[in-house]
Amino acid sequence: MNSLRTTSVIILSGLVLSACSDLGVKPWERDVLARPEMQLNHDPVEAGLDDHIYFSKEASSGGRGFGGGGCGCN
Amino acid sequence: MQLIKRKASESTVRPFQKIAPALAAASCSLLSVASNTALARGEAGTWDFEAASLFYSETDDRVVAVEPVFSATKNFEDGEVLNLKAAFDALTGASPNGATPSAAPQTFTTPSGNSTYTTDAGDAPIDDTFKDSRVALSASWLAPINRDWEYNAAFYGSKEYDYLSLGTSGGIKRYLNNKNTALNAGLSFSFDTIEPEGDIAKPLAKMGYNDADFDASRDDSSDSKTIIDALFGVSQVINRNTIMQFNYSVSMSDGYLSDPFKVLSVIDDTTGGNFEEGGNNVYLYEARPDSRIKHSLYWQTKYALANGDVIDGSYRFMLDDWGINSHTFDFRYRWQLGSSYLEPHFRYYMQSEADFYKRYISETEYNAGNLKEATADYRLGDLDGMTVGLKYGHKLDNDHEFNMRVEYYLQSSSGDKGFGLLKDQDLYPDTKALIFQVGYSF
Repeated sequence: MNSLRTTSVIILSGLVLSACSDLGVKPWERDVLARPEMQLNHDPVEAGLDDHIYFSKEASSGGRGFGGGGCGCN
Repeated sequence: MQLIKRKASESTVRPFQKIAPALAAASCSLLSVASNTALARGEAGTWDFEAASLFYSETDDRVVAVEPVFSATKNFEDGEVLNLKAAFDALTGASPNGATPSAAPQTFTTPSGNSTYTTDAGDAPIDDTFKDSRVALSASWLAPINRDWEYNAAFYGSKEYDYLSLGTSGGIKRYLNNKNTALNAGLSFSFDTIEPEGDIAKPLAKMGYNDADFDASRDDSSDSKTIIDALFGVSQVINRNTIMQFNYSVSMSDGYLSDPFKVLSVIDDTTGGNFEEGGNNVYLYEARPDSRIKHSLYWQTKYALANGDVIDGSYRFMLDDWGINSHTFDFRYRWQLGSSYLEPHFRYYMQSEADFYKRYISETEYNAGNLKEATADYRLGDLDGMTVGLKYGHKLDNDHEFNMRVEYYLQSSSGDKGFGLLKDQDLYPDTKALIFQVGYSF
């Protein structure tokens, strides 16, 4: 069962990665993606402040990055 | 900002020069313990600075927090990025202590045991002795190993009056498919110590109203927990306008996971009012399990429209062995207006309750003495949260940026409505907060 699961994961990963190889752009087509506001976490200071608010008010944390500890607020 | 200037002059000559900062920034989720990371937006060899201040205020005289943050990022010639960050918190106000409102006034002993406070009939019991300040410092380092690999490392420490958190993290990234795909793996370790004034309360011990009873409810003077997080992520450039990220993370906490300031009311089986012993209401200090494993799936997509606007959407699913699962939807639309922008923000959060969440403990349960774990902390109950906000930013001629945002956060809880006298009380009051932030980057 475990070997079947492992094999499935490997095959699935291969398929995902090969599918990814068809996606993307050429290096000279990155003008839009290079814009600061197109970075996945383009405002880490604001994201950190939000993480602190929601960490202290909700039972979930992390996801985008590590959930971690960091304060006695929860 | 400076990147765009350089792009205009070099876009046909050295296109690869633009890629590294973009990808370095895209790797940011692995950089630090609290996901506060360096963003490589400047010229090599220069420093980028950002200062911001957050003001958070809950209605009904609840928590008020002011949090200034200062971040400095150095971009080195060979692609290394160093980020140093300092944050300061000042918190005052009142926080729900977990007890139910009652038809009669209620008196509670403060967590320190030095005094008492009284809640009026019908009011939500809140501990108004809440006051704290916090200093948090972090440093993160990102560096390429070669064309396809890079690594990062971060250190973090924060200190409050009664709480110390120390953490470190590290990660690696592998680029594939002409750097259109990036695989991330990271590990984080935190060690937190709590040393509350008045010591730690024993699990489910009865709140004491005199020195002897208070001492009997106390355990050690301090306790600790360790948190280990592992994160695996894939980011993928879809096309010229779209980038996507998918993360799986697991977080394992061990040690003291309770909140020493939270209690539960014991409710009389017959009346639905507070159960009394020796003329005093009975309240028990909460007790949570001493371990927790959380799993999170996170997906984010950014899409740039032809007119320069950017759509940013994300979804997170969280599941843990306390019986909680949650869904978080986040949506931002950046509306570009020349050198300014407006960014509406909408966030919706839904959470189910923990297996051991109880709004109150019945007299029968209390007398049976079989309970091992219980909390009335609404943050572990059935909870919805909604945030609506608007951000405005303006880029100055010197590449500096000024921005500000205003958001409204509403939390709504639900659950067991109780019986008898308890039915007349609002057991799940909403929490409303106003968030205001102003920032300047230079």
